[in-house]
Amino acid sequence: MKKVTLRPKDKEYMFLDADNVTPDNFAGKTLDEVRAVEIYEGNRTYALGDYFDVIGETDPDPNEIGIVIDGSVPKVKYIGMKMSAGKLLVKGSVGMYAGGWMTGGRLRVNGDAGAYAGIAMEGGELVIDGNAGDYVGANYRGDWRGMKGGKIVVSGNAGSDIGEAMVGGEIVVKGNADLQAGIHAHGGKIVIEGDAESRVGAQMTKGDIIVLGKIGYWLPGFIYKKDDQIDYDGKQYAVKVYQGDRGEGGKGTLYYAGA
Amino acid sequence: MSEILVKNGYVYDPKNGVNGDVMDIAIRDDKIVDAVSPTAKVIDASGKVVMAGGIDIHAHIAGPKVNVGRNMRPEDKLFNTSKRGKMTRSGGGFSVPSVFETGYVYSRMGYTQANEAAMPPLLARHTHEEMADTPLIDQSAYTLLGNNWLVMEYIKRGEKDKLNAFVAWMLHATKGYCVKLVNPGGSEAWGWGMNCVNISDPVPYFDVMPSEIISGLAEANEALNLPTSIHLHANNLGHPGNYQTTLDSIKLLEGVLPRDGKIRDQVINFAHMQFHSYGGTTWKDFETEAQPIADSINKNKNMTVDVGFVTLDETTTMTADGPMEYYLHNTNHLKWANADIELETAAGVVPYIYSPKISVCGIQWAIGLELALLIDDPMQAFITTDHPNAGPFRRYPRIISWLMSNQARLDRLETLHKVVPDRVAIGGISRVFDFYDIAKMTRAGPARALGLGDMKGHLGVGADADVAIYNYNPKTMDPTTDPAGIEKTFKNTAYTIKGGDIVVIDGEVVSKGNKRTIWVDATNGSMDPAVLDDIEKKFVRFYSVTMNNYPVQDEYVARGLVVKPEVA
Repeated sequence: MKKVTLRPKDKEYMFLDADNVTPDNFAGKTLDEVRAVEIYEGNRTYALGDYFDVIGETDPDPNEIGIVIDGSVPKVKYIGMKMSAGKLLVKGSVGMYAGGWMTGGRLRVNGDAGAYAGIAMEGGELVIDGNAGDYVGANYRGDWRGMKGGKIVVSGNAGSDIGEAMVGGEIVVKGNADLQAGIHAHGGKIVIEGDAESRVGAQMTKGDIIVLGKIGYWLPGFIYKKDDQIDYDGKQYAVKVYQGDRGEGGKGTLYYAGA
Repeated sequence: MSEILVKNGYVYDPKNGVNGDVMDIAIRDDKIVDAVSPTAKVIDASGKVVMAGGIDIHAHIAGPKVNVGRNMRPEDKLFNTSKRGKMTRSGGGFSVPSVFETGYVYSRMGYTQANEAAMPPLLARHTHEEMADTPLIDQSAYTLLGNNWLVMEYIKRGEKDKLNAFVAWMLHATKGYCVKLVNPGGSEAWGWGMNCVNISDPVPYFDVMPSEIISGLAEANEALNLPTSIHLHANNLGHPGNYQTTLDSIKLLEGVLPRDGKIRDQVINFAHMQFHSYGGTTWKDFETEAQPIADSINKNKNMTVDVGFVTLDETTTMTADGPMEYYLHNTNHLKWANADIELETAAGVVPYIYSPKISVCGIQWAIGLELALLIDDPMQAFITTDHPNAGPFRRYPRIISWLMSNQARLDRLETLHKVVPDRVAIGGISRVFDFYDIAKMTRAGPARALGLGDMKGHLGVGADADVAIYNYNPKTMDPTTDPAGIEKTFKNTAYTIKGGDIVVIDGEVVSKGNKRTIWVDATNGSMDPAVLDDIEKKFVRFYSVTMNNYPVQDEYVARGLVVKPEVA
């Protein structure tokens, strides 16, 4: 695997839209061509090389490219958007929409991620070592089809509305999640190892949500079905199984180990 | 004075019987002329197809329900936006594009006129504001009258003269172009939670039947000698077995002739006939009934249809047929908007995915094509998608490629749900259209049906200088084996000329255009005071606005072009 390193230059900017920073876009380009890849600040277009030192080597095959962003870029949005192959590592935090619409490959963020990480993701793997913002693996505004596939792992805490309108795939939050995890879900699986604040599974019709910690405020649309044992991450958990959201005639399943 | 000479193109101009002859087209200012001076700008069209500008007879591109569609579907714009260019504004949207985008996409396809097919009278001002912001193409809007309270009352009481006067007043007040009926009676019945599925189902309270509304308004239309006939979105749209309702509606006007046969041949245009040619009893045994509908149209030369081809895309349905949209929402459970327009009409909006994997969608796709191919005279069947209901108008090039190539149709059929071939007839129809037929279905036909046949849709002397030049050599290339090439050709013209102004070169918009809004004034400068009194009473008692604030002022009509029908 060839490595391309993007080292942030000491340059001021408001926010950057970096939707072209993917192995797919770098494949087959020379380093100079990579430096010329378009990056946007507001409605102005700049070159990637204006904001990052680009070093390393590329490959014609995106599967053989690993991009390393060597620093924290919390104001750079859309990193890894639509990526389908290869690897991308950020040694720090990223802005909104990291890994949005990605279909394959692996994106790892050592720091925190802004809102909408992995929005409408279809495949691949997104790993966030720090905390994630709201709308992890959610749908685009207005769309009724959220995350379709792939896996998102958040080691820290996640914000509100994670997995909104989720259709498939898996989201694992090792810390706590805020409000409305799995709202409008029609499928997929969400695991919250810590606590879930409130209204888990609001208006969900299908899919699984596992909460190992406590749920704050419960929606009345979930009805108790049975006690059960589940196997998660090599451990056995005694859970209460609920079905909902009955407000939508939903048949989603909520496994609750925090009782 | 500006002059253009389009030299040596293969010209397809059905009105003037020109079928692929190599000819020059001379343009002075905004009209086509006999000859121009040697200093005229020359466009070399050798090896290219030359047609009049395209005319879309039925699309939903401006007005309140289109805007509701834009607002409720932000995801329709996701990854479908275009940046500001030298001559263009930014815009976006796949199935419900912004107004500017609408003008650009039509122009790039060689269209120079597109008509808004359903304008709710109360919201006519908004419709005109949107049309004013839709550049490059001429437009008109069809005034919805099929569920209007006064229309139904006059018909019930048999007061024909008053109905005529009221129709003329409404067209004038809304600056509309034609009398449009959408689910006559049914949209009003929707206010009671009901519908008019058959044309003999009485409208609650008003106690008239859809059949009486259709006949009554058709008669008023001819009495006023309006440039185009009534346009009917028939009852029972989109339900299995509805072809019977459609045949009943066709029978209503059998043998009726237009008042002035010189300007048009039809007394009714059936909108999006594909949605009205359904067999079976449920979606499970759903099948085509395009044959009996096409037979009926072939027998009745006084009728035209626009097809409403299903393009197999994700799109946004929007119609004044309120109950139909409720039904659709209950079918696909996607987001739904619904509106009641006071005394006039209703509306609904629901996103819809015509999935090639679903049998019903595949059958709908085939029915559209069958209708077009089974109707003998292309001057009676026009290319539309009922944009955006059956698909976005930007798919017209693809529809043309299906119509011109049997192989393209068979290839598509093969990829559809496995039951589709047994429920449709498209596999056995080998007819293909040539450029001459396509020019009839998109130019000469719609222009004549709209009563604009002298001004639009042809390239004879005196016509508007609306010309589309396509990069396709019909002598060396074969559309029957080259559907991809045809689609590419019709997507972006080499040149689009609108009103003598070059607006597109090689798919790039190069002008801000000179769009006009066409409307009809049939009031003859006078008005029956008894009718005005009836209208006034409706405003005082029921409307949320006053009568003075109702009519659309001239300032709202972008470069208005008024047609005044002569009544002998």
